Amino acid sequence: MKFSEQWLREWVSPALATQALADQITMAGLEVDAIEPVAAAFDGVVVAEVVAKAPHPDADKLNVCQVEDASGERVQVVCGAPNVAEGQKVPFARVGAVLPGDFKIKKAKLRGVESRGMICSASELGLEEEASAGILVLPADAPVGEDVRAYLGLDDHTIEVDLTPNRGDCLSVKGLAREVGVLNRLPVEGPAIAPVAPVHDETFPVRVEDAAGCPRYLGRLIKGVDVTAETPLWMVERLRRGGIRAIDPVVDVTNYVMLELGQPLHAFDRGNLNGAVVVREVREGERLVLLDGQEVTLSDGTLIIADERAPLAIAGVMGGEHSGVGPETRDIFLEAAHFSPLAVAGQARSYGLHTDASHRFERGVDPALAREAAERATALLLEIVGGEPGPLVEVADVDRLPGDREVLLRRARLDQALDKALPGDEVAEILERLGLAVDAVADGWHARVPSWRFDLAIEEDLIEEVARIHGYNRLPVRRPAARLALKPDHEASTPLSRLRRQMVARGYFEAVTYSFVAPELQQALLPEAVSPTLANPISSDLSVMRASLFPGLIRALQHNLNRQQTRVRLFETGLVFRGELDGLHQVPMLGALACGPRSPEGWAGGKEPVDFFDLKGDLESLLALGGELEAWRFEPAEHPALHPGQCARVLYRGEEAGWIGTLHPAVRSRLGLKVDAVLCEVRLDALVQGRVPAFTPLSRYPEVRRDLAFLVDDDRPEQALLDTVHARAGEWLVEARLFDVYQGKGVPEGRKSVALGLTWQHPSRTLNDEEINHLVDAIVEESRQHLGAELRA
Amino acid sequence: MDHLPTLVAEARDAIQAADSMAALDELRVRYLGKKGEITALLKGLGKLPAEERPAAGERINQAKQALAQDIDARRQALEKAALEARLAAERLDVTLPGRGQPSGGLHPVTRTLERIEGLFTRIGYEVAVGPEIEDDYHNFEALNIPAHHPARGMADTFYFDATRLLRTHTSPVQVRTMKEAEPPIRIVCPGRVYRSDSDLTHTPMFHQVEGLLVDEDVSFADLKGTIEDFLHAFFERDDLSVRFRPSYFPFTEPSAEVDIQCVMCNGDGCRVCSHSGWLEVMGCGMVHPEVFRHSGIDTERYTGFAFGMGAERLAMLRYGVNDLRLFFDNDLRFLKQFA
Repeated sequence: MKFSEQWLREWVSPALATQALADQITMAGLEVDAIEPVAAAFDGVVVAEVVAKAPHPDADKLNVCQVEDASGERVQVVCGAPNVAEGQKVPFARVGAVLPGDFKIKKAKLRGVESRGMICSASELGLEEEASAGILVLPADAPVGEDVRAYLGLDDHTIEVDLTPNRGDCLSVKGLAREVGVLNRLPVEGPAIAPVAPVHDETFPVRVEDAAGCPRYLGRLIKGVDVTAETPLWMVERLRRGGIRAIDPVVDVTNYVMLELGQPLHAFDRGNLNGAVVVREVREGERLVLLDGQEVTLSDGTLIIADERAPLAIAGVMGGEHSGVGPETRDIFLEAAHFSPLAVAGQARSYGLHTDASHRFERGVDPALAREAAERATALLLEIVGGEPGPLVEVADVDRLPGDREVLLRRARLDQALDKALPGDEVAEILERLGLAVDAVADGWHARVPSWRFDLAIEEDLIEEVARIHGYNRLPVRRPAARLALKPDHEASTPLSRLRRQMVARGYFEAVTYSFVAPELQQALLPEAVSPTLANPISSDLSVMRASLFPGLIRALQHNLNRQQTRVRLFETGLVFRGELDGLHQVPMLGALACGPRSPEGWAGGKEPVDFFDLKGDLESLLALGGELEAWRFEPAEHPALHPGQCARVLYRGEEAGWIGTLHPAVRSRLGLKVDAVLCEVRLDALVQGRVPAFTPLSRYPEVRRDLAFLVDDDRPEQALLDTVHARAGEWLVEARLFDVYQGKGVPEGRKSVALGLTWQHPSRTLNDEEINHLVDAIVEESRQHLGAELRA
Repeated sequence: MDHLPTLVAEARDAIQAADSMAALDELRVRYLGKKGEITALLKGLGKLPAEERPAAGERINQAKQALAQDIDARRQALEKAALEARLAAERLDVTLPGRGQPSGGLHPVTRTLERIEGLFTRIGYEVAVGPEIEDDYHNFEALNIPAHHPARGMADTFYFDATRLLRTHTSPVQVRTMKEAEPPIRIVCPGRVYRSDSDLTHTPMFHQVEGLLVDEDVSFADLKGTIEDFLHAFFERDDLSVRFRPSYFPFTEPSAEVDIQCVMCNGDGCRVCSHSGWLEVMGCGMVHPEVFRHSGIDTERYTGFAFGMGAERLAMLRYGVNDLRLFFDNDLRFLKQFA
């Protein structure tokens, strides 16, 4: 909401400078967003009269004018504006004047004719942004010689308040003045508004079929208006300072009254109304061409104004083109209605509209305001476009109007809420100044809410009003008290922060990528992934929810590679979204990506590119945090984004918990990446699990170690061999380590040599060679039978 | 016997000249070993007349001790030299960087969120999280924002269909928590939130931390105290001015916006605070009774407050980051600054 400070001060003018006034209303909850001077700085421009005009002898488009500016002599000015005419009052920049942009007016010769000064247009005075078509013509009664700044009241500011949706009552100068009056304990007075006496008794029929949506409708016929009249400059200026462009005098008056009082109005061309004005719901298939020229199909549930033939307007949102007022309009039908917020809410948005009227009706317009506004608008119209007013007709269903609301504010509740006992007088005074009718009762106050305050309905609303006007910053401050209750703590689970720090310790930087990704990228990485798609994405690049952390990590990798960052280690934690909306899983994951040399460039080696086992080692360091690394397995598997020979499904307690692998070369080239990258992602709910340590007594007896080297087929996973060892090595095996994998000389083609170091220890005695040999034999035999492994000599 | 002085002199010269432990050991054997020349002289004492023996024995023993001392001294000298030579040979350029993986770093948003969580959990709040794809009920209805409420226009919502959406704030976690738990409730809810807005100062995804405290006799004063303490602790400045401005959120009543004195210019006015000297940092208020009713909490017995803040905004102010979008580029040159 924008308004002219001068206008407000006509209603109420506290002894505060502009900034102080703005600060005051900001601190009352009406946040001032901007304060702008209404005109750029200029000086030396006065009201002057054009007393003579003659064509320039040497230029077709120029005129030589004589102006009088009360300086006692006529001044000759060359003027290029097409609209300059004898007898006009105009803003005249004398020689020595300074116009916006520090433009100094000097004596000049234009095509050989002397020109001493300049007749100004609105844009030259900084009153319009766009270049004006001609000079600004001032009203005929403008006093010659008066400074134009003073005459137009340009030492004024436009104040813009960002009103919260609950304060529809402040969407007018009247409403803001009311608030300023409360804050400064000042009376508020607007222009006197008296009923206009009808000069004829002709009315136009009004029928309200939806009284819930429109509990009050006032209409008046004004006959014989002259729409070609000019809107007075003062009104144009106030509209402009309120952010509204002047259009024609009828529309300007309705807008002016809306800005002034807060009641949106509409004027129909009587000549285009058939039969009656009907307020009703839309019928199927009805269409309407709106004032802005667009044709809409009206949807079910829309409240409209129609005549007996067709829709005329969307109630409280926008009028129709056909029934609108135009230059040929002779008779107008003025509408001042109360549409209920529920009837209007969401309607404008559903047609892609947002109008000053819908903005106000959605938030609630004072239902008691319609008559006052209709009278005010009538009076202004008569002044400007003339015409003969008929009687003001009202159709109202009083029972459907927002009723009087009574709210009990309990003393005890107020004191508790604010932790302060405000004097009873102050509480009552604040409420009364806000327009509530207050009765002191035994336990507090009974307050009747004024018709314009749609936001006051419950006790807490009144508590807020009291606190707000008293001043939030004058209320006490204390610290909440609480009982010191211990909370359960699950020692076995690893906090997410611990997992993150482990990744950091392993050299990874945490990334935060958008949860929505480009469908093409997700498709390239996970062709079979199903995840929800946004109905209204910000761009197609960010339109599908990620089913994996891979797309985001890869985009971050590309970003860095494109900026000469060749060694990239990134991880991210967050939700991935799997499945259709129904049956959707929002799964917290941890993902990581590594690319580039193993170590940062340096003197100590590590220049070779990072590989699967680097990342696997990093991941295992995470898995180990839970203390049960043995619950995790890596099994060869295939994933569409990963190299089929360098990819593992990660299992926790036998269930899939994630994936690790090298980016598939085909995917890599499709993404335009020139380097290898390794990636993994694992479900966080598995990563955080672990166990509480359980002590095993230390054995005092010696360990026995045997090293075994097997020859196995080279596509045989080592895990299988380790599993066999664990199955057959008996309960005293304390460690099985894989310490060498070798292919080459001495090992047959297609086979590999795998060396295991096995350690046994008994808790309460020394193990003898015989029993160890026995176990080793069992391992060897089992490996031979099931894995085709042969013991190397 | 008479050649003893010569022998000693010779031996001493040889010992001084010994240039290795091996050579020195040879000399020791040659002179002091079982078959050594001095040992031989001692063995030869028996051939002397009895009255000469004591004096001769003493002279030989003195010579033996002197040589032993010389050898010992020479050994130490050699050992010292050897050690020095070794140390010299093993000298490293200690200014070379250390070997191994350097550390990475947490994202500044995580760093900020963890700090905020820490401040609150240390005084008894718990961390609560919830889904990011939410339904209309939890994101709006239960927070007293019915369909077509003008406040829905305050947040541009990403929708999937008529009822499912990306949460526009972390407040749905409040609702979910209150439905499950009995007061006293003290939670902070950090997480991602989404609004369809993208320009210099808006990203379609950002992070919020929501706080909620519900108990008996919770007042606006408690809210003010909590917020002031938090902001002083977060910015590590006890003298930071904090002010509360009436505002409107459908789920709190009374509601307030919280401004702090600009941390960039100390309130003098600068570009960051639009020359007002104040920065809006969070919203807060007393939980609206309608929200309590949706969650089944007795509004006569319990009151509570809630507050919410943007993590990126706080991180920008804390670390002086001047462009919101940097948080989501994941540029290593940016991330490394927070390691």
